Amino acid sequence: MDLISNLSLGFSVAFTPINLLYALAGCVLGTLIGVLPGIGPVATIAMLLPATYALPPVSALIMLAGIYYGAQYGGSTTAILVNLPGESSSVVTCIDGYQMARKGRAGPALAAAGLGSFFAGCVGTLILAAFAPPLTELAFKFGPAEYFSLMVLGLIGAVVLASGSLLKAVSMIVLGLLLGLVGTDVNSGVARFSFDIPELTDGIGFIVIAMGVFGYGEIISNLSQPEHEREVFTAKVSGLFPTKQDFKDMVPAVLRGTFLGSALGILPGGGALLAAFAAYALEKKMKMKPGEVPFGQGNIRGVAGPESANNAGAQTSFIPLLTLGIPPNAVMALMVGAMTIHNIQPGPQVMTSNPELFWGLIASMWIGNAMLIVLNLPLIGMWIKLLTVPYRYLFPAIVLFCAIGVYSTNNNTWDIWMVAIFGVIGYLFIKLGAEPAPLLLGFILGPMMEENLRRALLLSRGDWSVFVTRPLSAGLLAAGALMLVIVLLPAVKNKREEAFVEE
Amino acid sequence: MNIKSQKDFFAGLMFLGVGVAFAWGATTYNVGTGARMGPGYFPLMLGVLMAVLGAAITFKALVVETVGGEKIGKWAWKPLVFIISANVVFGVMLAGVPALKIPAFGLIVAIYAVTFIASMAETGWKVKNTFILATVLAVGSYLAFVMALKLQFPVWPSFITG
Repeated sequence: MDLISNLSLGFSVAFTPINLLYALAGCVLGTLIGVLPGIGPVATIAMLLPATYALPPVSALIMLAGIYYGAQYGGSTTAILVNLPGESSSVVTCIDGYQMARKGRAGPALAAAGLGSFFAGCVGTLILAAFAPPLTELAFKFGPAEYFSLMVLGLIGAVVLASGSLLKAVSMIVLGLLLGLVGTDVNSGVARFSFDIPELTDGIGFIVIAMGVFGYGEIISNLSQPEHEREVFTAKVSGLFPTKQDFKDMVPAVLRGTFLGSALGILPGGGALLAAFAAYALEKKMKMKPGEVPFGQGNIRGVAGPESANNAGAQTSFIPLLTLGIPPNAVMALMVGAMTIHNIQPGPQVMTSNPELFWGLIASMWIGNAMLIVLNLPLIGMWIKLLTVPYRYLFPAIVLFCAIGVYSTNNNTWDIWMVAIFGVIGYLFIKLGAEPAPLLLGFILGPMMEENLRRALLLSRGDWSVFVTRPLSAGLLAAGALMLVIVLLPAVKNKREEAFVEE
Repeated sequence: MNIKSQKDFFAGLMFLGVGVAFAWGATTYNVGTGARMGPGYFPLMLGVLMAVLGAAITFKALVVETVGGEKIGKWAWKPLVFIISANVVFGVMLAGVPALKIPAFGLIVAIYAVTFIASMAETGWKVKNTFILATVLAVGSYLAFVMALKLQFPVWPSFITG
């Protein structure tokens, strides 16, 4: 059994007391830094990378894995507690997680995020160990046309993220795509929509938009209500741990999220990113049980599904990294950097030339994940205490941390001016009833979508039919169209019902 | 013609305006053809799409009845101004603005400024409480960001440290 021998090799490398200590240290550091809004896993790893130089390679990677998981979980924590997504995948967690916190159910939300991630991480590790080689072949079948269609499917899925008007959600996605295009065009070197401002040629930062639109917009809108009506968080905190019913709702969502995340994670370049969004879309389309809280108002499935999808995707995204040599996200790119520092050339050969390192790394991912559960479940009580701080002390602190986080990503005051602008825009969105989550997805996918569209049409010599003649691409688009129909159907039905009432 | 949904009406106008702006901006770059896309092709496509969507939303807002007219409601000018200026003042205080000859006051002064300005967004703020909060935040930030994480901030005013 390759699977067992590989995994046992990995664990024998990773499971030494000193490595466990590094995993713990990484998790603690990662969580502490990750909870600071604006500092996501990427910034955290970048900051702490030098601290691992002196360690032996396996220990260094294990510590980095700990930091990664810690920071990611820390990011979900702020998303749930104060509605600040530290990175792209926590945008989805904000939607229902924050609403749960407002209703005094921050504990179950945090537990769902942690447990879901852990389960998904375990499954992801197994899949990675068992199916890495055959799964790679699927990734090879994906050309630019397929990627473009996959992204279209992902964006249609994002429409489901918004609970309001369909047209407005689509417009927000398009706006996000356009904002993502600001900056230097990689093909021609033309600086687009930069108004001759040197800082804008690098594009707009994700953190800037997330902090401005989610952080400041939300604070301003909260403060606009008179104090006695505000009630940002209910005083009554019901339970630190998920109830039996919560578990019942959670488990299928976690399973679905894990499956979706593992499948999408295999695709290089943005597959894992779509996982959280796709999982949320899927949960929202599932039939509601009677008495269940609607989505967007604090449904536990809306936290558990995306969080597990995200984590499963993070695990399986090692497959493209190790077989095609493409780092699937910025964190993995940093991991590759760490490997090179330790004289390991990443790529397909790692598996054969440094098997103890490859499998050790995979085992360490799992250990980092497990350590996090051990560390964070007891901490939930402490996070919830944070919510009992009166809002009038909380909001200046959030403003401060946003500003510090934004400044420290580039050590540049330019980002502080930008976040001010996006704060105003965020409040405008709230006033106009336009929901910001789809905008962020569009923003992230914008440049990738353009790139793949360009490549696909270049290969087909400008023939648009390439998207429907290639079977995989056509299948993805058909799935998108089907999803759109499902989204539109209730609206049609409601109209009909209204018509009947009028008669 | 009556506006049936104020929120949608103005949201639609916003999308329409921004879409047209992006599309117009895109035409100033080389648009190219499908097979050889220039930098303007994709933004032009999206800009036009967004303008169309915006127009559709505006049109719908004039036609489809809604409950209560979906009024935008009052603008919360006070929190808006104070929160955003707190953020801007933080940037000015932290690093200074060389163009306007404003020296850098550093992190600690900036934290006090942010806390006070942000707190003013709410009615009934108290000088003493805000001062305590600012001190807690300043000490905490110093310990976390400067001592522990070693982030590169100007900590003290530049005319003191030189």
